[in-house]
Amino acid sequence: MNILIFILLNLLKVAVVTVIFLMAVAYTVLLERKLVGRIQNRWGPSRVGPFGLLQPLADGLKLFLKEDLMPTAVFRPLFILAPIIALSCALISIGVIPFGENIRWHGVDMFQIADLNIGLLVILGVTSVGIYGIALSGWSSNNKYSLLGSLRSSAQMVSYELALGLSVIGVVLRTGSLRLRDIVNLQNTHGILSWNIFGGLQIVAFFIYLCAAFAETNRTPFDLPEAESELTAGYHTEYSSMKFAMFFMAEYANMITVGCVATVLFLGGWSSPFGSLFPAFGGPLVQALLPVFWFVLKVFSFLFLYVWVRGTLPRFRYDQLMGFGWKFLLPIAIVNVMATSLVLAFHG
Amino acid sequence: MTVPIVWYLVLSAALFCIGVCGFLIKRNIITIFMSIELMLNAVNLAFVTFANHWHQVSGQIFVFFVMVVAAAEAAVGLAIIISLFRSRNTLNVDQIDLMKL
Amino acid sequence: MNVAVFILFALLCLGGALNLLLQRHPINSALSLIVVMSSLSVLYLLLGAEFLALAQIIVYSGAIMVLFVFVIMLLNAGEEERTHGSRAAYLAGIPGVLALFAVLAGTFITLRLSFGGTRLGSFLVTTGDLSRVLFRDLLLPFEVTSVLILVAILGAVVLARKEH
Repeated sequence: MNILIFILLNLLKVAVVTVIFLMAVAYTVLLERKLVGRIQNRWGPSRVGPFGLLQPLADGLKLFLKEDLMPTAVFRPLFILAPIIALSCALISIGVIPFGENIRWHGVDMFQIADLNIGLLVILGVTSVGIYGIALSGWSSNNKYSLLGSLRSSAQMVSYELALGLSVIGVVLRTGSLRLRDIVNLQNTHGILSWNIFGGLQIVAFFIYLCAAFAETNRTPFDLPEAESELTAGYHTEYSSMKFAMFFMAEYANMITVGCVATVLFLGGWSSPFGSLFPAFGGPLVQALLPVFWFVLKVFSFLFLYVWVRGTLPRFRYDQLMGFGWKFLLPIAIVNVMATSLVLAFHG
Repeated sequence: MTVPIVWYLVLSAALFCIGVCGFLIKRNIITIFMSIELMLNAVNLAFVTFANHWHQVSGQIFVFFVMVVAAAEAAVGLAIIISLFRSRNTLNVDQIDLMKL
Repeated sequence: MNVAVFILFALLCLGGALNLLLQRHPINSALSLIVVMSSLSVLYLLLGAEFLALAQIIVYSGAIMVLFVFVIMLLNAGEEERTHGSRAAYLAGIPGVLALFAVLAGTFITLRLSFGGTRLGSFLVTTGDLSRVLFRDLLLPFEVTSVLILVAILGAVVLARKEH
């Protein structure tokens, strides 16, 4: 009986997290359109529902009802497989991210789907597999814009993955563990001062992570794979209806995942920025939900930064992008790893 | 319920033999190269299995080094394939039978 | 549970490997090889090699195979032409491979009693255990491999560069 409850609760947890995650994806799109609108001195979507709050629903319905075109010259199996790979890889990584304190109910961890010893590696692995979605979509579309977009994108993602991987090593060295809960617990002591970005002196690593993450998710200023002005839409030129929607959702889901990972690794996860400055208040429910609030707030500010950058910075040129990744980010990431290990060796 | 260690070993042998087969009968140089990777993977599985059986870390260390060497080998091998394709305009091994570009 | 997971992923492995052999188009072969490698990583998890399981995904599925797919896309490799391979490969190779498999499998099966069984959790190598051996006992080989990688990078750049 116990094992049945355990399995049921876990399934329920997965379902709830997935639904919330997909809702968050839909509303991130709205957030982006609203904010970019404001940055460009216009309103953004405002017709559907109060403040345009039902816009994601309308968008989803529209995409769902569109005709699902299948161009004649595509390589059919891969053309269908590619968006599925992209979306599923984008959705999997949320499974290892802890949202709140380790609170157990019937032996089930309430705020994390799976607490793995190698959680951080899982995220890196899933990100690296996600490249196939984009690479195969471009190749199977049999379209020069798609192919160029996907070649650019795979080269860019492979290059920036190095910088991304090296930037998190400083954090791992400080913690001595790849478990995401251990990483947050280390930052949970003195509020904002013990976060890795400040107290851990990982601010350079955070900067590298930020740039690499923008490139990994194909966002401005590194959105060359889908540069509208030169490649029509890049790798998803030939896609329509739900298949296009899957790529679209994958992009925003990746943004949220990257925000969650940045929060966990550098911004103290669910820990409050004030530490124990204020006495605890409220009942156990408030105490359980307050960390989740901090977590969501941090992820939200990260997404805000994403949109802000998109509204502000122009696009890089392709050789600039590659040069920036290999000649600037990679060397300072290596220097950061060496500096962190030296500091830890002499003071640790 | 335990899984017999032998099953893992037989699986590894089967994968290795399929890799050898692919190496012998495929005509595309990229696929041949992939068969070599398959053989490496089969051997890795055997190493991890033996590490599990003898409760030794060293088996896994071997796999780690095999992975590192495989990565280096893939980079160089694919570079060779690209330059071969540039000079011969084919990927068919029957037409690549000279030891120079 | 253990047996079910093993059988599922072993079948995926074998199916992927056979598919690599049977498919004519290199990109299909590459994708089936990715399936093989990813299912192998699950088997590594079953065998208690958690770091290697993820390294398998990151290095093989995420880096090496991406390179393969990238090269296939770049060279626009089409379907394999059916030419007669070397006759020696068919006449001596295939029976040789079958004999090799028979010998290996026969040896393993005759030794099956001395091997016993394993299950998830009977032996676990954490990342810490692995790195302790790697960075203490085997530091020199580890450093040598970094030189190897450097040489490989340089070699790849020299080989793939267009000459002017």
